[in-house]
Amino acid sequence: MIGNNNPVRATIALACMSLLFAACSGGDRASRTLIQNKGSDTLVNVAQAWAENYRKVDESVGVAVSGGGSGTGIAALINGTVDIANASRGIKLEEQEKVKASNGVGAVEHTVAVDAVVFFVHKDNPIKSITVQQLACIYAEGGKCENWGDLGLEVPGCSGQELIRVSRQSNSGTYEFVREEVLGKNTDFKLGSRDLSGSKDVVDLVGSTPCAIGYSGLGYGTDRVKAVCLSAAPGEQCIAPTLATAADGSYVLSRPLFMYTLGEPKGAVATYLEWIKSAAGQKIVADNGFVPVR
Amino acid sequence: MTDTTSGTDEGQVSTSRRIAAIVEPAIEWLIRLCGFSAIFFVFGIFFFVFSSGADFIMNRLDVVEFMTSPEWYPTSVSNKRYGTLALVAGTLSVTTLAMMIAVPFGLGTAVFISEFCDGPFKEALKIIVEFLAAIPSVVWGFIGLAIMNPVIIDVFNAPIGLNVLNGGVILGLMSVPIIVSIGEDALKAVPDTYREASLALGATKWQTVYKVLFPAARSGLLAAVLLGVGRAIGETIAVLMATGHAVQIPNSPLDSVRTLTATIAAELGETAQGGDHYQALFAIGVLLFIFTFAVNLTADLLVRGIKNK
Repeated sequence: MIGNNNPVRATIALACMSLLFAACSGGDRASRTLIQNKGSDTLVNVAQAWAENYRKVDESVGVAVSGGGSGTGIAALINGTVDIANASRGIKLEEQEKVKASNGVGAVEHTVAVDAVVFFVHKDNPIKSITVQQLACIYAEGGKCENWGDLGLEVPGCSGQELIRVSRQSNSGTYEFVREEVLGKNTDFKLGSRDLSGSKDVVDLVGSTPCAIGYSGLGYGTDRVKAVCLSAAPGEQCIAPTLATAADGSYVLSRPLFMYTLGEPKGAVATYLEWIKSAAGQKIVADNGFVPVR
Repeated sequence: MTDTTSGTDEGQVSTSRRIAAIVEPAIEWLIRLCGFSAIFFVFGIFFFVFSSGADFIMNRLDVVEFMTSPEWYPTSVSNKRYGTLALVAGTLSVTTLAMMIAVPFGLGTAVFISEFCDGPFKEALKIIVEFLAAIPSVVWGFIGLAIMNPVIIDVFNAPIGLNVLNGGVILGLMSVPIIVSIGEDALKAVPDTYREASLALGATKWQTVYKVLFPAARSGLLAAVLLGVGRAIGETIAVLMATGHAVQIPNSPLDSVRTLTATIAAELGETAQGGDHYQALFAIGVLLFIFTFAVNLTADLLVRGIKNK
């Protein structure tokens, strides 16, 4: 009797459990779609604000946002683990080829905001303006600028007047952008810079270090740092990085910020991207200190 | 009556013996398996780390450059260079400073807890030291970044507070609880007769500690110190945040550095699997493995040497 009963009971229990699981997962799928969104650390604050606000627009869609850098986001797109990759630089040719090779379709670019890469110094730094050439002298391999004195400055509170270069890790889109636009495409960064992992970390460190200079997105400025007025060539009028100068392109280091999808977006992802490009989505861009695209 | 009772007893005994005859070897095998699993895991991990970078290490890695060049440019467009000298210097400098702080502090605390204090205070101190070990390393890193950085700038008049000193102090404090708890166990294991004999001969308490207890417990104390070193070499996120993460060979404790572990942690996420940069990071993993293996082997040989004397 017992021997006969046990397998029957077990079967019934198993059936019940599988039904329960089916019900659960089925219900979940119907009620909630999850969009995976990863990449650029410059965009991460805006992306999070979008995700939070979109909850009010469409309760059935959740967006999971994480940072890590543009390179990390695009790597995740290649591996097919995200729906949308954020990037503060354009996708590279070799990356696009890898996306096609592993997913069958290429990455499609969506411009979602405009940013300016701003060089920040401590708020007590007396610097008035800087040229792109001077930045290259500070940051590029072989550049000779090691002290604030080399720029003709004396920075109060800075011991030894040493120029403390703050930079980003190599998976950062901002790092790549500065390499291409400031140092020149085939030039490397000088070793010995403090390579931080986040846009906000750079501004925090510069804000607490009188000797420092560092770069980050326009939206990350605080009152403990000063955004340096930048001129494209020696003798030219310098342009202060603001929303207006980034929008009209007169600030030389302005750049579009992108979201990438695998092929043309479909379903919930398409609706989400449309909302991001709409007036409501772009208002959030402006609220976070970046330039809307419309 | 007596016969029947003894009969049932015998029956029970033989049943339990029969069960034991089956269960014992099974448990023995299970335990043996657990023992072998450690060997399996160590070799498995080494094999995985090495094989992930094997293609690059064998075919394209310039070993001389890898070991002697301070230029770490894995993402350069025009001229990729994989030199780890600056990273090794970073790891060694931070670890050395950490040990200069942790060894005297840790052993001192161990001696104090084991020999100089009693009762509830001793228990409380032990719990607090263990609590120190429970602080997550990212919190230590945050302390380095947010609290130590401005303090070091002010006190040492340094251009930046994220440097060897900051990382060394943080790592030292992280290693102290390990040294304290293992060191205290080693001192506790010294028989009380040693202490009594020493005191009876007229030695002071301090003389007893350094002339009797230290020699008697030296293998345990050495193990404590070397486990602390292992902790310091392997720590990642706290040093990533506290040392400034700058590729350069330090000239003074106030220079920023970057360690081997932090480099792997910071760069592995972006690399394409199987690419040169990815495999170069695994080559760094092999280097780290060799370091920790050397530390552990030295510890083992020293402890053995001391025991055989």
